[in-house]
Amino acid sequence: MLFRRATPNLWTLITPPTVWALHFLFCYVAGAIICARYPGALGELRLSIAAGTVLALGLILAAGAQAYRHWGFGSDLPPHNEPTEDDQQHFLGFATLLLCALSAVAVLFGAMPALFIAECVR
Amino acid sequence: MRGSRPGFRAFPRTAGLAGAGMMLGACSGTQSALDPAGREAGEVATLFWVMLVGAAVIWLAVIGTAVFASRWQGRPVSERAGLRLVLWGGAIVPTLVLAALLAYGLRLMPALRAGEPALTVEVTGEQYWWRVSYRGPDGAAIESGNELRLPAGHAAEILLTSADVIHSFWIPSLAGKLDMIPGRTNRLVLHPERIGTYRGVCAEFCGRSHTFMAFTVIVMEPAAFEAWLARQAAPAATAADEGAFLANGCGGCHSVRGTPATGTIGPDLTHLADRAMLGAGLFANTPENLRRFVAEAEEVKPGSRMPSFGMLPPQDLDAITAYLGSLR
Repeated sequence: MLFRRATPNLWTLITPPTVWALHFLFCYVAGAIICARYPGALGELRLSIAAGTVLALGLILAAGAQAYRHWGFGSDLPPHNEPTEDDQQHFLGFATLLLCALSAVAVLFGAMPALFIAECVR
Repeated sequence: MRGSRPGFRAFPRTAGLAGAGMMLGACSGTQSALDPAGREAGEVATLFWVMLVGAAVIWLAVIGTAVFASRWQGRPVSERAGLRLVLWGGAIVPTLVLAALLAYGLRLMPALRAGEPALTVEVTGEQYWWRVSYRGPDGAAIESGNELRLPAGHAAEILLTSADVIHSFWIPSLAGKLDMIPGRTNRLVLHPERIGTYRGVCAEFCGRSHTFMAFTVIVMEPAAFEAWLARQAAPAATAADEGAFLANGCGGCHSVRGTPATGTIGPDLTHLADRAMLGAGLFANTPENLRRFVAEAEEVKPGSRMPSFGMLPPQDLDAITAYLGSLR
């Protein structure tokens, strides 16, 4: 499982950006299909983007909690550049935590147009 | 040494004043986004000033911190304090500022398309001119070219498309730009507010004469606009002889309503003498320039589809110029 691992690896590292990418695709594809086929269903589009955003932020939060644990709860400050098992774990955990913050901001920015869209423009 | 060369020392101040004067001078005029004459351009100008002031505040804070760190703060801060500064100054504050700007920018967009338009104008970009088509009160199309007239205080819907490559329709004084894409119609709503003459340009490189693809925008009193549109719908009224114009094949590409000239490849010339400019913003509309454009089209407008007619006998050129110059 990606969210209940004892140790971090490259898969846990790319989980938060992957969640962002899927959320981004979902927002744009849903917006394109709704506007092309059902331009009156903007309310439903907003609700589904809100649901997708909550889900994406939840997954990123879970990835972030795990990364914080892998980082050692901040007991050791970066740079984690010693050739030891511990530093490798802490480095991956800290890098994942930063990616979680970036992905969370990107998910929010990607969803923001849904708040302001007023009509499907021809 | 520095005190002995007052002229040299005064230079930066003079240059600064001259530079500021030039910059302020560029803020007004017929083609300035900072001197808005319509609602959309007003929003864009406000956005510009908000971002400029915000950028100035951030710049002062960054430079101030750097000066403080290098001049007054004599000792290094702790690692934790440094990390906290990076976290707040490098990540959290920029994210909040960008989020606020994004929200502000997104909030502006829907308002730019609002309003029930009183007028619809179709504008088609062509290398290198603008085909302009108004809808008359009876729904019939009124063709024109290279000039857009709009009534002040009313929303106007501009339907934009292209006949060849991608162009971009931009009247800085009235609104932001919008691309004209072949096979697609983009909709722009303008709310011109101030009466006057402005300049629109093609804002997407479209070929050799891209620079010479401009148009005149005239914002008029609504009543004057109605009268003008009614005049435009009528055939050309001229006493001049159309013989040379027709005999040399001009009608193969150009229309003059009310005559056998019905070509649609080039701009409609029915009321050419009413337009302020020639050749899509290339020259002022004077008889000399008109004659030059007909005789040297390939030279003055490289890459356009209009051939040069300089090989015609001078009396034919004179007759064509006189005829076109009389089309009111």
